[in-house]
Amino acid sequence: MKEKIKKKSKKIENSKKKNEILYFALRNNRLRVGMAILIFFIVLTFVGPMLTEYDPQENVGPGYMPPSSEYWLGTTTFGQDVFTQVMYGLKATFIVGLVGGGLGTFIGVLVGFVAGYRGGIIDEILNMLTNIVTVIPTLALLLILAAYLPYRGVLTESIFIGLTAWPWAARAIRAQTFSLRSREFVDLARMSGKKPLKIIFTEIAPNMMSYLFMTFILQFGGAILAAVTLDFIGLGPTKGISLGLIMQNAVLWNAIQLGMWWWAIPPGAVITAIVASLYIMNVGLDEVFNPKLREM
Amino acid sequence: MNRYFRRKLFIYILTFVFAVSIDWLIPRFMPGNPIQNLLSRVSVRAEAAEVMYGYLTEAFGLDQPLWKQYLNFWNALFHGDLGTSVYLFPQPVIKVIMKAVPYDVLLLVPAIMLSWITGNKFGAFAARTKKLDNTVLPIWYVLTATPYMWLGILLAWVFGVLLDVFPISGAYSYAMTPSFSLAFIWDFIKHWFLPFASLFLVQFGGWAIGMRNMIIYELEADYSHYMEALGAPRKLVRKYAFRNAMLPQITGLALQLGVIVAGALATEIVFSYPGIGYLLLQAIQYQDYFLIQGCFLFIIIGVLLANFVIDVIYVLVDPRTRKGMEGGAQ
Repeated sequence: MKEKIKKKSKKIENSKKKNEILYFALRNNRLRVGMAILIFFIVLTFVGPMLTEYDPQENVGPGYMPPSSEYWLGTTTFGQDVFTQVMYGLKATFIVGLVGGGLGTFIGVLVGFVAGYRGGIIDEILNMLTNIVTVIPTLALLLILAAYLPYRGVLTESIFIGLTAWPWAARAIRAQTFSLRSREFVDLARMSGKKPLKIIFTEIAPNMMSYLFMTFILQFGGAILAAVTLDFIGLGPTKGISLGLIMQNAVLWNAIQLGMWWWAIPPGAVITAIVASLYIMNVGLDEVFNPKLREM
Repeated sequence: MNRYFRRKLFIYILTFVFAVSIDWLIPRFMPGNPIQNLLSRVSVRAEAAEVMYGYLTEAFGLDQPLWKQYLNFWNALFHGDLGTSVYLFPQPVIKVIMKAVPYDVLLLVPAIMLSWITGNKFGAFAARTKKLDNTVLPIWYVLTATPYMWLGILLAWVFGVLLDVFPISGAYSYAMTPSFSLAFIWDFIKHWFLPFASLFLVQFGGWAIGMRNMIIYELEADYSHYMEALGAPRKLVRKYAFRNAMLPQITGLALQLGVIVAGALATEIVFSYPGIGYLLLQAIQYQDYFLIQGCFLFIIIGVLLANFVIDVIYVLVDPRTRKGMEGGAQ
């Protein structure tokens, strides 16, 4: 009986806490603005290709056309429709963010938890690995791989980005795990005979949920930016379209010198808007989760 | 302190060995014959292909046992032999790269240092001053979310095409020959300014945000509250907060280096600035494997060196690392 009441009160407390977070989340302007922009682009990713009757690589009309009612963002030198290319390119951006950012977060969390909780020699080894991967830029690694991989897709690119993006997350999560490890409730769980893996997932991880979520958002944005850079240098997907590839083509065909701003500027503007909305969302979330920052 | 440096040095050497090994490993363990793979993608005349085949066979040394190939690879590396460029045949890769490196240094070092210093100062200034914070913070977030090359494109279009005040291609005018004359230096600075500005602005936003957040965090710390309670002037409290907030920013710089370098490479492509980034684009387009490999090694060496410098600065700035390391226990 007593147990039941306790459980119930705990449940109420939990839902109260959730409500409180929701309350602040819905009233946080930064979160609202960021979320609105992000949702707009996510919807556009699905709806965009339906808004156009062209194919992204298809030569649909005369080249060098500035934006008009027929070609919303003008045409490239070869007469491809820039609006169509941007709409199709969005998909690659979100795939890279999800897969690359997701993988980066996953590895970072795994390494951070194990290194922080276990300590000792495992910590040393993982630390060394983290340090090595920190120093080697993604770009450099991809450079070598790209020279020998004749065909690369968006997915390959995302995986490489994820595989090299995790160190900062691992460091931060390790530090947090380290400080949580010696708390009383973790000690209690350990004394009651829980297995390390279970302690990590039931005692430590729930206390860091907000932090992990924010890590994912930052990794998401970071992966998108990394992909744009790689695409631009020529290490991107060998077929298909992405926002970085549109920009690369624009620069290679002297779009700036020729004054074709509609070709070079919009793809980067879209990327900036998406990543900025993620970052601003992150600040908002920080304020929601961390009461100390709320008073401002 | 010695122990600290020995440890760091060990990690750097390990990283370098790791990088070089990957460099050696990948062409050899990809499916197919690496030489055929390379040649099939370079369109050269038949006679040239034969010469190249002979050269590549010797360079790769595939007929020797693996361990010997590996040792040969290191041996060549220490003799500065990075192979011959296909794209700029028959120039040695090391020469091609050495010509490009100064441009990278001139672009990267001022951009990184100036943006770090001014970004931190301005971020600290804006923290907890409500009006400034609310107006300036969104701008910083947009700046830090901007891909480097896109800001480059934007600046090139606005200042190079619309207003026509800055040149947007190359490191100096084609009509000029490099010399220490005033006219040349002025021309050089004019070409350097826009790539520099795009690198500077993107980083500036990031550092300012980081510093602002750290200062707010430090001002909430017990020591700040205690000092306020003692009646210390606001300026003094903020000064102490700034000093403490600096340390994570130094670590942050080390973590960001890879991204900054990648950004600089992309920016160089926008402005056809003859650094490693521009070279890399050509190398990738011409499938010039040795040149790609050389750029890879130089980027790694550069980032390693910069990391080491940051480590030294960290020890100089943070007395705790010195003390902790001397005692042997952290």
